Amino acid sequence: MNNRLYGNLIFELSHEGRRGYSLPRNKFSQYEVPAELRRKEDAQLPECDELTVVRHYTNLSQNNFGVDSGFYPLGSCTMKYNPKINEEMAALPEFQNLHPLQPATTTEGAQAAIVMLEKMLCALTGLAHFTFKPYAGAHGELTGLMVIDNYHRSRQDMQRKKVIVPDSAHGTNPASAAVCGLEILEVKSGADGLVDLEDLRRLCSECGDCIAAMMMTNPNTLGLFERQIPEIAKLIHGCGGLMYYDGANLNPMLGACRPGDMGFDVMHINLHKTFSTPHGGGGPGSGPVGVREGLQQFFPKVSPYHGNFAVMLRALAYILTLGRDHVKEVGPLATLNANYIKESLKDVYELPIDGLCCHEFVFDGLKEKSTGVTTMDVAKRLLDYGYHAPTIYFPLLFHESLMVEPTENESLETLDGFISVMRRIAEEAKADPDVVKSAPHQTPIGRVDDVLAAKHPIVTYKQLLNDKD
Amino acid sequence: MYKYFPHTEADLKAMLEKVGCKSLDDLYAQIPEDIRFRGDYDIPLSASEQEVRQAFQLLGSKNHQLVCFAGMGAYDHYTPSVIPHLLSRSEFLTSYTPYQAEISQGTLHYIFEYQSMMAELTGMDVSNASMYDGATATAEAMMMAVAAGKKVNKVLVSGCLNPNTFDVLKTYALHQGIELEVLPIREGSTSLDDVKARLAEGGVAGVIVQQPNVYGIVEDFTGFADACHEQKALLVVDSVAADLAVLKTPGEWGADIAVGDGQSLGIPLSFGGPYVGYMCCTEKLIRKMPGRIVGKTVDNRGQRAFVLTLQAREQHIRRQKATSNICSNQSLMALFVTIYMALMGREGVKEAAERSYAAAHYLCDELQKTGRFQLVYQKPFFNEFYVKYDGDVDTLYQRFVQAGILGGIRLDEGILFAVTEKRTKEEIDNLIKVAAL
Repeated sequence: MNNRLYGNLIFELSHEGRRGYSLPRNKFSQYEVPAELRRKEDAQLPECDELTVVRHYTNLSQNNFGVDSGFYPLGSCTMKYNPKINEEMAALPEFQNLHPLQPATTTEGAQAAIVMLEKMLCALTGLAHFTFKPYAGAHGELTGLMVIDNYHRSRQDMQRKKVIVPDSAHGTNPASAAVCGLEILEVKSGADGLVDLEDLRRLCSECGDCIAAMMMTNPNTLGLFERQIPEIAKLIHGCGGLMYYDGANLNPMLGACRPGDMGFDVMHINLHKTFSTPHGGGGPGSGPVGVREGLQQFFPKVSPYHGNFAVMLRALAYILTLGRDHVKEVGPLATLNANYIKESLKDVYELPIDGLCCHEFVFDGLKEKSTGVTTMDVAKRLLDYGYHAPTIYFPLLFHESLMVEPTENESLETLDGFISVMRRIAEEAKADPDVVKSAPHQTPIGRVDDVLAAKHPIVTYKQLLNDKD
Repeated sequence: MYKYFPHTEADLKAMLEKVGCKSLDDLYAQIPEDIRFRGDYDIPLSASEQEVRQAFQLLGSKNHQLVCFAGMGAYDHYTPSVIPHLLSRSEFLTSYTPYQAEISQGTLHYIFEYQSMMAELTGMDVSNASMYDGATATAEAMMMAVAAGKKVNKVLVSGCLNPNTFDVLKTYALHQGIELEVLPIREGSTSLDDVKARLAEGGVAGVIVQQPNVYGIVEDFTGFADACHEQKALLVVDSVAADLAVLKTPGEWGADIAVGDGQSLGIPLSFGGPYVGYMCCTEKLIRKMPGRIVGKTVDNRGQRAFVLTLQAREQHIRRQKATSNICSNQSLMALFVTIYMALMGREGVKEAAERSYAAAHYLCDELQKTGRFQLVYQKPFFNEFYVKYDGDVDTLYQRFVQAGILGGIRLDEGILFAVTEKRTKEEIDNLIKVAAL
């Protein structure tokens, strides 16, 4: 690590007898937990003073990279700026102190906030109702599929258990379908990267009355708008299925096209993508699910209360801030930024499908393949230059996928900086391939041994100590 | 131009030229005109920062700030000042899942610490990197038990499980084709005889119990694990995290999977979220566990490093064969409870739990002394207890609210009071005074 001392685990900084907390004087010492209820040994947690804890985690944070640190063109993740005012609003004690089960008459402000956000999401998507219970995108997918399954069950249409997904779909789609007890049918992509309508027609005619839904993102994972969407929706509706919109790629549609108008019946939104709530190193997110009128009675109870309420407040602050005059600029600017990078690099990186993209696009590695420099190497070398890497090896349609999503918040200078570094890496790959293949060099740690971690899993401090013996 | 969009007119012109478009509108040439959105969204005009703040203050003013004696899964424990400060470090806050280990050691490192602490707290071998919340973690445990079993799809659930958790289980079970069977409530607890009898009928993949249970009662699970294991079923213990600092652990009860909500480790109530679910299990089951897991490894410079591991279980590799569809954790909230446990330490978590226990017992005694409240079950409880009131509960509840008190949660015919170390003697005495009126 760059800072040896703080490369320690908090357990390694512990000294018996140190304290990092204070409690009021005990007024109820007459009550003690009886011995027969108690655990035999204390949990072996560290003992540290307050400053040690503060320094430890501050230094850990410095071994991390966030949107606030620099450009984060991670495809399919929409790493946009997370406005500070959102954080402040979510932390207001008037909201933070509310118990989820306190009487409705005492939480009118919180309920009004939820209703307000629901109305806004309806306006932005063209759907009629939202549930906020899902905690994340994957949870939203599952919830949306449950809505669809419940709908078919209510009609005694019990054999509808197949969900069509494009072969370019994210792995979460099939996994969510499986958790919902549904099966996947894959529809092929054509040479243009779009759903192959012929293949879809075949699936519809072969097993039309088993089709529960078609699940897709639009634009798809290649960043391409599925322009045959009205026809796709017609086909699926024609055989009794519903259309599910995976909101992972909703961002470029703000100001351009609404899922409801495309013909979708059910969708989820990742508030942590499109509506600027922070990703937090992998959560908490929020995955509200929207439906057409008439499907809201099928919302399942996938969590106990009101969802990730504090995340919803952030999204509300964001939409209020942008308002109807600026929210429609989000999609076009994100789309412009992506196309600008694509056009500026496609002479040195392989662009498998040319043409306009939406918010993101996919390169199939370097154009010059003879150097042996892979997408992984390019990604790692980018870290040396102070950029987060794009998404790599997804989608699975290409061997060397490198998926770039810049978002609307990035300036021309930032994009130009990234472009020049990407070009420089392409040059390095030819002139000095080893420096790219062995990257990163400037980061706190170098490439890690994934195989060792999986073969011999050490996932707790106790295991780590035992391993040393 | 707007504060989040840096594009000047000159930038737009240059960029559009580069991409070969005349206008921003041209960028969407692929979208059929009849589905293009050309109107104005029906939302308010943009608000300045000051106006946003005013809007939220107005909304906030419509919520009542009550002194919290409610629990039932969400507890008002004290949050040390350090935590929100560290959580707002934007290198933590604004980062994604730690795919690029070389620039994500901060996240990976604290998740490793989190896993270590949760394993300690629950007395289990291993932990995953956290889950959405306690209820969904329990649902994941239910599915894990069924997946680990061989062609069995029945899960026994304690009748003393939080009904909100049970509702979530039912939702998942319906779509998974899992059969849930509720064990009867015997004097506010689950009975070993019932468990044995149902297990003997066969086909059971797992048994889910809760500690303390929904009535706040500390149950005795002696013999549960053996009974389960004899029938090749897994024992799942769902516990309130903070209470495990003192109580006999799921590990000591012989649980195969320990799950629950970590909210009690100082996370604000926030009207229900975000919280953090935890899941720990035996070493034997680690490859069946859903969710992210961080492991130790080395880098190519010989340094200790941390990395996402055992990813062969996960959806982005396994697709429909994955152990779960979960593709993230509740990372920032895992950091929250990690810092909480680091600050409170070995002694602090115990002291907070003991104080909560003591304060709850004081309140219970004093309420019973008024002669109007009666404990429903004569069983040991922790920091939450279930009483009957001999008057009109609606009126009582209203009186509490008027006095600025959230006087417990109404559950069936009774009231469930929870007390934490955060409640002062004055606050508790005030509740007793209002209750005795």
